[in-house]
Formats: sequence, structure tokens, C-alpha cells
Amino acid sequence: MAGDAVLREVTLALPMVPEMEIEASKTATAVAESMKMSPDRIDEVRMAVVEACINAIEHSHARLREVRVTFEVLGEKDPEKLRITVRDAGIGFVPEAMGEPRIEDKLKSQRKRGWGLKIIRGLMDEVEIHSGAEGTTVVMSKLR
Amino acid sequence: MTESLKLTVDRRDGLAVIYTEGYINNQGGEEIAKAGYKLIDEGYKRLLLNLAGTKIVNSIGISILIEIIEKMIEIDGKLGFCCLTPTIEKTFQIMGLTQYAPVFSNETEAVAQLGA
Repeated sequence: MAGDAVLREVTLALPMVPEMEIEASKTATAVAESMKMSPDRIDEVRMAVVEACINAIEHSHARLREVRVTFEVLGEKDPEKLRITVRDAGIGFVPEAMGEPRIEDKLKSQRKRGWGLKIIRGLMDEVEIHSGAEGTTVVMSKLR
Repeated sequence: MTESLKLTVDRRDGLAVIYTEGYINNQGGEEIAKAGYKLIDEGYKRLLLNLAGTKIVNSIGISILIEIIEKMIEIDGKLGFCCLTPTIEKTFQIMGLTQYAPVFSNETEAVAQLGA
């Protein structure tokens, strides 16, 4: 069981501009490397960060065009877990109302998109989504 | 900041290989689709996407790849992928793409299977 003491923390406030997700993913890589996560797991974290940022850009409809991304290295003495929080100040959504995307349906549908949360859940160890009128917060974690 | 996608197309006997280099986002996906549809118009029914030069993709880019898969199903063609990073392959599996477009570890195997 990973300890939940925060050993290190980095927060980015990124403007919602094309490819800001790449900047967030670079920081994710640097933080994950600093805690000696394996390269394949780092790659998964990077992809999940990209998806969470894209969701914020595409779906938040936030007046404040900014995404805040916090990276926390958790553990007792040594780094054990990376927790990443992606926040927007958008209109929010009801996560339970989002249907699970299925490739069979997408192949027949005009709308092929809507995969972000499924990918994040598939790549990270723990994912929580809190959403309301003041915005959406995605909290996702991966053990080292 | 921009990580644009570079494409190279290799037309072979009955099969075309599209090599990607860079980030497959919405623009990257559109570029691949444009190249893919052009090849289909030229008569190619077997396409291989070699992603050895791509280390990162996003779901918008992959959604555009789903359009190409749909088109290949329509024309009774075959689309395959090869040389994916473990994370990109895992993402394709999460999304179910691998049910409709096989993933190969290397190009030689992919060409042998798709060309058969």
C-alpha cells in the first residue's frame, strides 16, 4: 500500500492552446523519471495526461481558458506513487451519464470521438472524476 | 511547441506502407487519412501504417484512424499497424481497434500477413 505523504509537488497553469497537452506530458515524464518509474509506465502516464488535458480543452467550455495540472509524488520515505490532478473551471458534466464507447458503435457512427476517459481508466491504476458547476477535476494515480 | 507529423509513403505491389514520424493528433490524423484515401483512390486495398517514428498519439488522432478502418471495411480491404510503442498498442487494445486492424511487431511480419 503506497504511503500518501506528499514528497514533492509541481503545479502547471497551462493556457488552453493547441498542444498544451504536450507541455503537460513533458512535465509528467520528468516527474515520473525522477521517481524512477519504468519507461513503459511513464509512457502510460504521459498518454493519460495528454487525454485529460485534451478533455479539458475540448469539453470544459471554460471561460477561464486555463488548465491546472498538479503532479504529486507520494510515499512514506521513498517515492511510491504519482498522483496527477487535472482541473478546469468549465461547465462540468455527469460522468455516470457518459456511455462507454464501443468500437462496434463508433465504426457505424458519424462521431468517432469520446474515448478519453476510457483510455485514462485503462492506463492508470486509480482514477476519480469530480465534476460540477465550478469545473471538472480528474485525479489519476499510478504506482511506481 | 508544435510537434508536426511527417509522412512517407512507400507504394509496393498491391500494398502501400505509410510511415509516420511525430505526434498523431487531429492534424496528424487528418494527414494520415488524406494519404490513406489517396492510396485507396489509386486502387490500394491493403495499407500498413508503420508507427515506428511515433511515440505519442491522442484519442482525436486515433478517432480519425477509425474512419480509415471504416473505409477499409467498406471496400473489403485490409489495414494493419506495425512497430507500435507498448503504450500505443495498449491504447489500441483498450479502444478495441485491434479487433478490426491487426497489430504486428515488425514490418516484415505485417507485410507477409497483409499481403497474403
